Amino acid sequence: MSEIKILSQYYDKPEFQFLEGYKQNGGYQMLEKALKMQPQEIIDMVKASGLRGRGGAGFPTGMKWGFLPKNGEPRYLLCNADEGEPGTFKDRMMMEKAPHQLVESMIISSFAVDSHKSYIYVRGEYYKSISILNKAIEEAYKAGYLGKNILGSGFDHDMDVYQGAGAYICGEETGLISSLEGKKGQPKLKPPFPAIQGYLKKPTIVNNVETLASVIPILRDGVQEYRKYGTEKSPGTKLFSLSGNVKKPGNYELALGYPLKSLIYDLGGGIKAGRSLKAVIPGGSSAPVLTAEEVEKANLDYESLSGLGSMLGSGAVIVIDDSQCMVDCLANLTHFYHHESCGQCTPCREGTGWLDKITHRILAGQGRMSDIELLVKVADNMKGRTICALSDAAALPVLSFVTKFRHEFEYYVKEGRSLVKGKVLYHGQMHH
Amino acid sequence: MFELSSESVEEVKKQMARFETIESAIIPSLYAVQKQNQGWINDEAIEALSKVMQIPSSRINEVFKFYTMFNQKKVGKYHVQLCGTLSCHINGAPDISDFLCQNLDIGLDEVTADGKFSISRVECLGSCGTGPMMQVNETYYESLTPELALSILKGLP
Repeated sequence: MSEIKILSQYYDKPEFQFLEGYKQNGGYQMLEKALKMQPQEIIDMVKASGLRGRGGAGFPTGMKWGFLPKNGEPRYLLCNADEGEPGTFKDRMMMEKAPHQLVESMIISSFAVDSHKSYIYVRGEYYKSISILNKAIEEAYKAGYLGKNILGSGFDHDMDVYQGAGAYICGEETGLISSLEGKKGQPKLKPPFPAIQGYLKKPTIVNNVETLASVIPILRDGVQEYRKYGTEKSPGTKLFSLSGNVKKPGNYELALGYPLKSLIYDLGGGIKAGRSLKAVIPGGSSAPVLTAEEVEKANLDYESLSGLGSMLGSGAVIVIDDSQCMVDCLANLTHFYHHESCGQCTPCREGTGWLDKITHRILAGQGRMSDIELLVKVADNMKGRTICALSDAAALPVLSFVTKFRHEFEYYVKEGRSLVKGKVLYHGQMHH
Repeated sequence: MFELSSESVEEVKKQMARFETIESAIIPSLYAVQKQNQGWINDEAIEALSKVMQIPSSRINEVFKFYTMFNQKKVGKYHVQLCGTLSCHINGAPDISDFLCQNLDIGLDEVTADGKFSISRVECLGSCGTGPMMQVNETYYESLTPELALSILKGLP
């Protein structure tokens, strides 16, 4: 078993970044095909493909599209390119290497859901992606793929890129909408869901970059062919971002259901010499951590990872070897969530602060034995009580780290230093 | 007194015409103001923007202060943002941070005496497979060692 280059087929060839190269390799043929179809046919194909959102939540894409009301109101398609889940760098690659693949898939998707305006909301730091996308959109307008009466079909569509300004929370779809509306990127209470009331209170579909790009192979190869890859419940291929203590980090496109172990040891080249595997975060930093033992039986699909109490998330696999201190790793993550909490809901705003403070107190060698239970208690109180999932995302790593690597936390508290590194890893100067 | 340059005013007006509502232009306009003001934004700049956009400064301020890419204090000509999140962290990001601060003789969030550099530790920049990494103004530098990071900075004009 190895990589399957469907979405990533353009990555190795620089000419695909531009319209001419993309077209020479079949680019925009699916748009031509789509414009001759009934929009509902496309939606039905996406539904039948079983495609699930690739940004992290894994919601069925076709079903999301199906929620749009049929009341004639203008609709928006928003591409979520606010890639910020620690460990994830697949969408950046997709935008930089194959911008036209995204543009084409967005025009097709817009046609399917009858939207005449779309935005690609890109995280602010991705200047390179933004400039490449702007160029691709300009080329697409010139070629008649965007604008009025696209390819003589009578379908009009405009596309624009919006540069975010640094906020993890804008990757949450309603946070993204708030940001695009020129506000703080604070998530909104659901219902109403964006499909009913989204951007400017109009029906809005928000899909991740990779999700949208997947529409092209579904259309080109057909539902049956698409479903050949992956499992019954997790069809298709997905990009996995491999990082951490592994020899060959990078983006790998795999059929869902691929063994996690094979990604790390076969494709990823394994762990650095003299080290062994300690833990893996399989789906971005919000996904509960797996022990080396659990990695043995984990497959990269929605059902296998949720069966192990974790999740596929964004497909970001962070490998942690035995030279790492788990208290240190957790403190790094609690700091992240504290920094990124939008401050709107009390359990999250206060809870992330406490998790950050307590883990750093332990890391400074000043922890108390009761701190370990306190972490669990605070995390438990943060789950399921807020407008969005950030609070849960902050709580889950804490619970999994403390449960699975409890001895490291106990040792650190008792001895006042790291079991692994043999010293105090934090000296009180908190970075912001 | 801070005044928006004619270039910035033109950019802000362009952004105000670009979206369905003028509020969507706040973020792009803040970028324009920050660019004019050497990489950071102060109260006077917000006031000036408020006048051009005809949006209360309190409304602009809440956006300005929410997003990390808008700097609330002076930064260097080269603003170095070091990723400190997990994948970079376990591959040596703290060593780079210490090494750069020592060699440039500044702490985090400080500016060198000649105004050339400032360093911040930031959260995940989506470069986890090529960490540790830093963003200098708009450019990513990846797969860093402490020495490589310093030599990149020393090589900047």
